[in-house]
Amino acid sequence: MLSNLQTIVDKFIKYAKKEIEKMETKVLNCIMCPMGCEMTVTLENGKFVSVTGNSCPRGARYAETEVTDPRRMLTTTVRIRGGLLPLLPVVSVEVLPKGRIADCVAYLRNITAEAPVKAGDVIVHDILGLGVDIVASRNM
Amino acid sequence: MKFFKETDVVVIGGGIVGTAILRELSKYELKCLLVEKEPDVAVGTTKANSAVLHAGFDAPTGSWKQKTNVRGNVLYHQLQDELDLDIKWTGSLVVATNEEETQKLEALLERGRANGVPGLEILSREEVLAKEPNLTTAKAALWAPTAGVVWPFGCAVAFAQCAVQNGAEVIRDCAVTGFVKEDGAVTIVNTTKGAIRTKYVINAAGVYAEEIARLAGDESFTISPRKGEYILFDKTAAPSLVWGIVFPCPTEISKGILICTTTHGNTFIGPNAQEQDNKDDTSVTPAGMDEIIAGARKLIPNLPLGASITEFAGLRAVSDTGDFVLGVSKVAGFFNAAGIQSPGVAAAPAIAEVVVEAIAQEMYLRKKSNWNGRLPKKAVFNRMTASEKQKAIAKNRLYGRVICRCETVTEGEIVDAIHEPVGARTVDGVKRRTRAGMGRCQGGFCGPRVTQIIARELEIPVEAVLKERQGSELYFKKFQE
Amino acid sequence: MKLYDVVIVGGGPGGLSAAYSAYRNGAKKILVIERDRELGGILQQCIHNGFGLHHFKEELTGPGYAGRCIDLIKDKTEIETLTDTMVLSVSKDKQVTAVNPDKGLFTVQGKTVILTMGCRERTRGAIRTAGERPAGVFTAGAAQRMVNMEGYLPGKKIVILGSGDIGLIMARRMSLEGCKVQAVCEICPYSNGLTRNMVQCLYDFDIPLYLSHTILKIKGRDRVEGVTIAKVDEKMRPIPGTEFDIECDTLLLSVGLIPENELSMAAGVEIAPFTNGPKVNQRRQTNLPGVYAAGNVVHVHDLVDFVSDEAEIAGKFAALEAQGKLAPTVDTVAVMPVNGIRTCVPQVLHLPEGGEPVRLFMRAGAPDLKVTLEVKCGDEVLVKKKLPVVKPSEMITLDIPAAKTALMHDAVTVGLQPKQV
Repeated sequence: MLSNLQTIVDKFIKYAKKEIEKMETKVLNCIMCPMGCEMTVTLENGKFVSVTGNSCPRGARYAETEVTDPRRMLTTTVRIRGGLLPLLPVVSVEVLPKGRIADCVAYLRNITAEAPVKAGDVIVHDILGLGVDIVASRNM
Repeated sequence: MKFFKETDVVVIGGGIVGTAILRELSKYELKCLLVEKEPDVAVGTTKANSAVLHAGFDAPTGSWKQKTNVRGNVLYHQLQDELDLDIKWTGSLVVATNEEETQKLEALLERGRANGVPGLEILSREEVLAKEPNLTTAKAALWAPTAGVVWPFGCAVAFAQCAVQNGAEVIRDCAVTGFVKEDGAVTIVNTTKGAIRTKYVINAAGVYAEEIARLAGDESFTISPRKGEYILFDKTAAPSLVWGIVFPCPTEISKGILICTTTHGNTFIGPNAQEQDNKDDTSVTPAGMDEIIAGARKLIPNLPLGASITEFAGLRAVSDTGDFVLGVSKVAGFFNAAGIQSPGVAAAPAIAEVVVEAIAQEMYLRKKSNWNGRLPKKAVFNRMTASEKQKAIAKNRLYGRVICRCETVTEGEIVDAIHEPVGARTVDGVKRRTRAGMGRCQGGFCGPRVTQIIARELEIPVEAVLKERQGSELYFKKFQE
Repeated sequence: MKLYDVVIVGGGPGGLSAAYSAYRNGAKKILVIERDRELGGILQQCIHNGFGLHHFKEELTGPGYAGRCIDLIKDKTEIETLTDTMVLSVSKDKQVTAVNPDKGLFTVQGKTVILTMGCRERTRGAIRTAGERPAGVFTAGAAQRMVNMEGYLPGKKIVILGSGDIGLIMARRMSLEGCKVQAVCEICPYSNGLTRNMVQCLYDFDIPLYLSHTILKIKGRDRVEGVTIAKVDEKMRPIPGTEFDIECDTLLLSVGLIPENELSMAAGVEIAPFTNGPKVNQRRQTNLPGVYAAGNVVHVHDLVDFVSDEAEIAGKFAALEAQGKLAPTVDTVAVMPVNGIRTCVPQVLHLPEGGEPVRLFMRAGAPDLKVTLEVKCGDEVLVKKKLPVVKPSEMITLDIPAAKTALMHDAVTVGLQPKQV
């Protein structure tokens, strides 16, 4: 009888430990707009479960990706020939994986655009196969 | 042996003293040149001092300081017109804030009269306040009407330009490394650009005059650098400070922490007097700034510290002899113009006379009949009338582009400052000649533009443009081709 | 002398938005004078995004926002623009004297003038950092221009003083450009920048942030070699014994912006304390008849969207005044910031019959949570607004309906409700 109880208690402890390991919370600040809401994200086994503290759906979406697959917009410059200035500011059309930003910047160091360019013109299509275009931020 | 240069006189040091001497030499039928180790003239003590043309009452009677100060003060009245120098003859006040100090004023008055200084008088508190309403702690003051404020780097450049237009040469980025003597007389000056054959050498090397003298075998004096720090204010602060030159009562080693408004309208406070060993250290220190502020507060309790725009420090070249070291040394052919601390700026043209007189004792000097002592009037856009501005722009459209908005300096003036004789090659060189970068934004707006203009005009890459000395490059290229 | 309905000094977002608004409100001859080689002002060097969420309902980069403003005015024959042109003076009679290489020196007459000159950066000399004066000390904005527009880096190993947005943005920018940002140093116990910039510019790049620290000394004579940093006490004085050195070849200063009002002061415009910009009413009129001011020259903004909002107000009323359609201001009432609100614009309210809706732009003096903003006239509370968070670095706006302004008769105060203990 006692050994059965012991097994049940052990099983329960094992189960509880697993549950605790599976669930974790992360606190982060939203960067989608200047409000910077502080949000708490609950994860289970590294997967997003829920978020509190956001003031809008954009924030919730940001929280979800930030803890599992953080992404960032990239703004930088590329060289340009024949423009008013030697540099053209460019921006990614969407967020890129945070871990690949440095690679994208390295790639763009070797790109030279040709004037004239219009705001929105694609300077690099599908950069590094990440499915995101890099476009001109302005006319030049 | 092929020499880099062959000349009659080499002047070592391109500060206000060296350039004044070169100008004086250029009046005579002889070959002369000046070597300066930095990329520009006036980079040492000449660019960091109180800018005062002292009346001459401080200096010990009979000293070189006294004689050259009083004579120099007179000479500047003439030079102002000939060389278009920026000078404001404001007169100066030495302020006493208590009874003991008022007694000291009497002693200064006596000495001043003995030194031949005209117009000295002791003013009452009311008379002081009538001149300077913010000197609320004043009990009395010594008034010296012949004192003035000058633009020292402008003088050094003008002296150099006057010399150059009369055949002298100014060689920058040229440091003296040693001397060669023949029969005990210096005949060759070794420099980083090559050997110069000469008959005479004049040592006007500022804080390094001791090292230069020793290289020649003259160990008759030492030079200790004594640092003086300054805080400079925005022009808008002048009404709450002073209009002219205000000294406290002097101490044994220093004229004290003064408050003075420059020829361009910026008021400064300083200097303190801090002994140090390092001849290359012109850093401003927290303790030094506290000292200057405390000292100035004795004269004007409410300092507008929020209006400070820059701080800087200079090194006085203090000789252990207690006076200027002027004239021929024990080394044949080697002359000194050393230990020039205050009243060095005021004394410079007179020092030049003394040194050249000393050379005249050894070499027959014949005056040039065609010596041109006049420089054309400077084109300063922000001082022009509307029609003068229009004419300047019609002649050179670059006078229509304002680069330094704080001081209203145009691209035309900057380009001219680069290409004129003894022209600017560095950002600070442009700054000293045109005022671009001396305003309240301290080059935040014009700095990048000035750098690009220098690169374009000197046909060098932007990343090679220096701020001041070698090793002071400002920018790095983003992309390596 | 050419006569314009509206002459606008400064062609950045302020001037451009004012020009478009003046046009939409019937002005027929508008001139925008800009000193840089192109329109757009400081936005052209702010290549990062975060602009336009309010104003264009879209997230844009600085140049993108500038482009939108330029597009709105570029084909309007009523709007003339001059670039590479520096205004030298504005007279109280609304004569504007300017200069450029092609026209030389010239003066134009405006029926109204709008001042939108923006601001400049606080310098090392203003904060009196000890040391020599080596190459390598730059204000963050000046460095930003060289990096983003001209193609030059200020250095390779960077320390940044000031954790405001400009400093944080440059921390990221220099890191992306391959430089090593050694540290960001901030004298306050809190960062002055937006949270999103803390995350994207510091945390993302593992850049250490030293709060309650200042730079005591710059090392190096010809080029920066390092800085000496120390912790500061609650009075922001360095604590002896806490000094340590950080190696670097560049120091970027992001220590504050100052509205550029040299032209305003020379014209006789009254400058308000606290903001260091012209004292204005809700129409952005200054004390000089026909002279308006808007944007960073009035008070430093953190969102360019509000600069455009303000400039649109100035543009509208300047246009109406130029067409003779504006009644002169009658009753005015002063607006005083109190109790935790450090600045408030407008500083004066013009009160026509029946009142007029007014938007106040304010800054808190210190960070705080769960506060209530109150607009009072005497003891009477006219408007209340609960705010979950206030920070000195983030401008607060408050709309007061016309009905409430109609109740104003005496000095109005704007402040935070004292906390219940």
